[in-house]
Amino acid sequence: MEYVIEMNNIRKEFPGIVANDNITLQVKQGEIHALLGENGAGKSTLMNVLFGLYQPEKGEIKVRGEKVDVTDPNVASKLGIGMVHQHFMLVQNFSVTENIILGSEPTKRGSIDLRKAAKDVADISDQYGLRVDPTAKIEDISVGMQQRVEILKTLYRGAEILIFDEPTAALTPQEIKELIQIMKNLISEGKSIILITHKLKEIMQVCDRCTVIRRGKGIGTVNVADSTENSLAEMMVGREVSFEVEKTAAIPKDQVLSIKDLIVEDARGIEVVDGLNLDVRAGEIIGVAGVDGNGQTELIEAITGLRQPKGGTIHVSGQDITSYKPRKVTEAGVGHIPQDRHKHGLVLEFTVGENILLQTYYQKPFTKNGVLNYPKMYEKARQLIEEYDVRTPNEKTLARSLSGGNQQKAIIAREVDRSPDLLIAAQPTRGLDVGAIEFIHRKLVEERDKGRAVLLVSLELDEVLNVSDKIAVIYEGKIVALVDAKDTNEKELGLLMAGGKKGVGETK
Amino acid sequence: MGNIFKDKLFGLVVPLIAIGFGFLAGGVIMLLSGNNPIDGYVALMQGVFGEVYYFGETLQRMTPLIFSGLAVAFAFRTGLLNIGVEGQLIVGWFVSVFVGIVIEAPMIIHLPLAILAGALAGALWGFVPGILKAKFQVHEVIVTIMMNYIAMHVVNHFIRNFMLESGQRTAFINDSASLSSDFLTSITDFSRLHWGFLIAVAACFVMWFILWKTKKGFELRSVGYNKHASSYAGMNVNMNIILSMSVSGAFAGIGGAMVGLGTYNYANILPSFTNLGFDGIAVALLGSSTSIGIFLSAFLFGGLKEGANNMQSQAGVAPELVEIIIALIIFFVASSYLIRWIYSRLQSKKEGK
Repeated sequence: MEYVIEMNNIRKEFPGIVANDNITLQVKQGEIHALLGENGAGKSTLMNVLFGLYQPEKGEIKVRGEKVDVTDPNVASKLGIGMVHQHFMLVQNFSVTENIILGSEPTKRGSIDLRKAAKDVADISDQYGLRVDPTAKIEDISVGMQQRVEILKTLYRGAEILIFDEPTAALTPQEIKELIQIMKNLISEGKSIILITHKLKEIMQVCDRCTVIRRGKGIGTVNVADSTENSLAEMMVGREVSFEVEKTAAIPKDQVLSIKDLIVEDARGIEVVDGLNLDVRAGEIIGVAGVDGNGQTELIEAITGLRQPKGGTIHVSGQDITSYKPRKVTEAGVGHIPQDRHKHGLVLEFTVGENILLQTYYQKPFTKNGVLNYPKMYEKARQLIEEYDVRTPNEKTLARSLSGGNQQKAIIAREVDRSPDLLIAAQPTRGLDVGAIEFIHRKLVEERDKGRAVLLVSLELDEVLNVSDKIAVIYEGKIVALVDAKDTNEKELGLLMAGGKKGVGETK
Repeated sequence: MGNIFKDKLFGLVVPLIAIGFGFLAGGVIMLLSGNNPIDGYVALMQGVFGEVYYFGETLQRMTPLIFSGLAVAFAFRTGLLNIGVEGQLIVGWFVSVFVGIVIEAPMIIHLPLAILAGALAGALWGFVPGILKAKFQVHEVIVTIMMNYIAMHVVNHFIRNFMLESGQRTAFINDSASLSSDFLTSITDFSRLHWGFLIAVAACFVMWFILWKTKKGFELRSVGYNKHASSYAGMNVNMNIILSMSVSGAFAGIGGAMVGLGTYNYANILPSFTNLGFDGIAVALLGSSTSIGIFLSAFLFGGLKEGANNMQSQAGVAPELVEIIIALIIFFVASSYLIRWIYSRLQSKKEGK
């Protein structure tokens, strides 16, 4: 049989919603098959059906041509289906080997045979080129290596078909490269892979075929070789999308943000921002490019008042905000789209409306004499939900139940609506799909054109290049170069980010 | 989207199932110990609803339970585990009685003053773990547990050395500070029901109002759900932690005042904890930290404890059985994950067929 996995006409309903409506997915032996769709399109549901977590209402699943009933994940495991989860399922203070054998430990006279386990793990990791340190503890190793442990876990259990759920979401560019190599190795060893993603670039790079779903419906399966990024995006979103951010040349005006010799320590007391200078003027977008961990997070925390700087000054519109607490920073005219929307951006158990008012709930007319005026709050929320196209059943829905893109839109509505002089956007499109990315980029440019100063911090070079007017490269806590976005390219930025050409174009 | 409704419904289903299981298991235990469970439960019900006296006593019993439940729930909404309600209640009891004894004033001043004193004492007992948590990240569970012992022994010390009147107790408080009510007593056939019950009902409303209708409540809940997002949004997380523990302590302190000014009209040397505060944890848990839920579960626990007397005299069932039932109910609520799992299993079986 040609197909190793066949999911024919799958339908899965949840109360009030059809998550999968007649979706067909056929995966050939030895291919990397992409499953592409926007957030909330039903990719995860479909894979959970395959993995036995959900039972479909209609449709059949065949594995190697035989009809099967995947009633729970153990059955899937026996059928040789393994899942590499987006959020790793690892025991932090266990070793790599212990995590891999967890649940199917080899035993000798009733106790765990760790020596055999370590040998097995070493064998598998050699075979597929998955470098791991079998004795290291999970909490001590990088995200990329943790992912390799996840992959090893599935291989150890004899998986032939591996499902990768958004595997690159948390990885650095270098780790992504390594992962792609790993996937290729797996294929050459005869495995088949289903790659769940909404990153078109990756599909173009590694996948053989691609099945697209949109709003729960199967749109079709195409050969990647015959497609382009644009054609795939169109299938996914259902309309033409532009990757280019349309914008006119910036017209910078007054200085809004001015950072001088800023020194910030991280939680361990290391000066990760080390004498940083940066200016942002009204009407321009400055993009901060850099490899993760070069002080970006601490820089933003220092500006927004979440972390007290050790030295240097920060001015916003002439006001010294260096030692301000978050609320005073906000009131001084700073809007902040935080990089981790679940940790900082939202109170997930609050309603969408409450979240939209999270920065203004204490002001009139929302609070009067210490008592909240919920009707007024929700009225404002409804208005912003409409204006920013936040797709939510209503303003009283819990923020948790919204898709990532709509959660981000709610945050943007909250931050932008206050008309801040300075808008800080940290990784504003992380984990979002094409449609939402487009919306957010457009909003940032719009704000710039309204005369706001925009500071964009992102790990995605494409984004920095597309959206920014000028790019400041951050390396080891300093801005090492300030270049015009028009005059640079990914290669040059990559070099600068790695500390190359250090000193050239240093801002002082 | 349908999940929200399901979750809300589930919030009601779990306690009800837990109560059902608790009684079921209690019935089995009665059978095993050679009693007739039907007789036992009939006697229990009669012990609550059979006579107005019993009913009055049930309301009297649930009064401090409401307060301790509210205290636990209030802190819990801010992400804090206040295990120190017991101690806060004890100091509230003692201080309100102290004010009730030493001050002479017209009732309109004296009674509120005594209650307020109890509230402040409880608040102080909550403030200490609050500030230790906020400033030095000392876990509130440890501190509140220790504060319980401090409360009990300090209060016992004061009573023993300065206020002992007869046997193990202080003098009676002045009438002007008493919550006792001839009216309530007479309509309930001389039970100890007092005005405190109405204050407890009002307190349920107050907690609901603070948490869900005020700016501070918004902040407290926000901090409880997500400290990071709250500080990002400019809220003072540490201040809110201190405030929450203090208000929680104040609720507990008033609960103590209800016992001191209403039920007994004196304070006595405590040979051991009253358990009124610890029961508050169970009340809040079963009531899922909502005002209405706390009122209802305080009624359940108050009723069980009151009805136990009649169960013993009429059906010969040991009153400890009630404690077992309460423990089982809490066990089943705490294992709501188990109930959820069984429930979803049944559900998917139904779908599968």
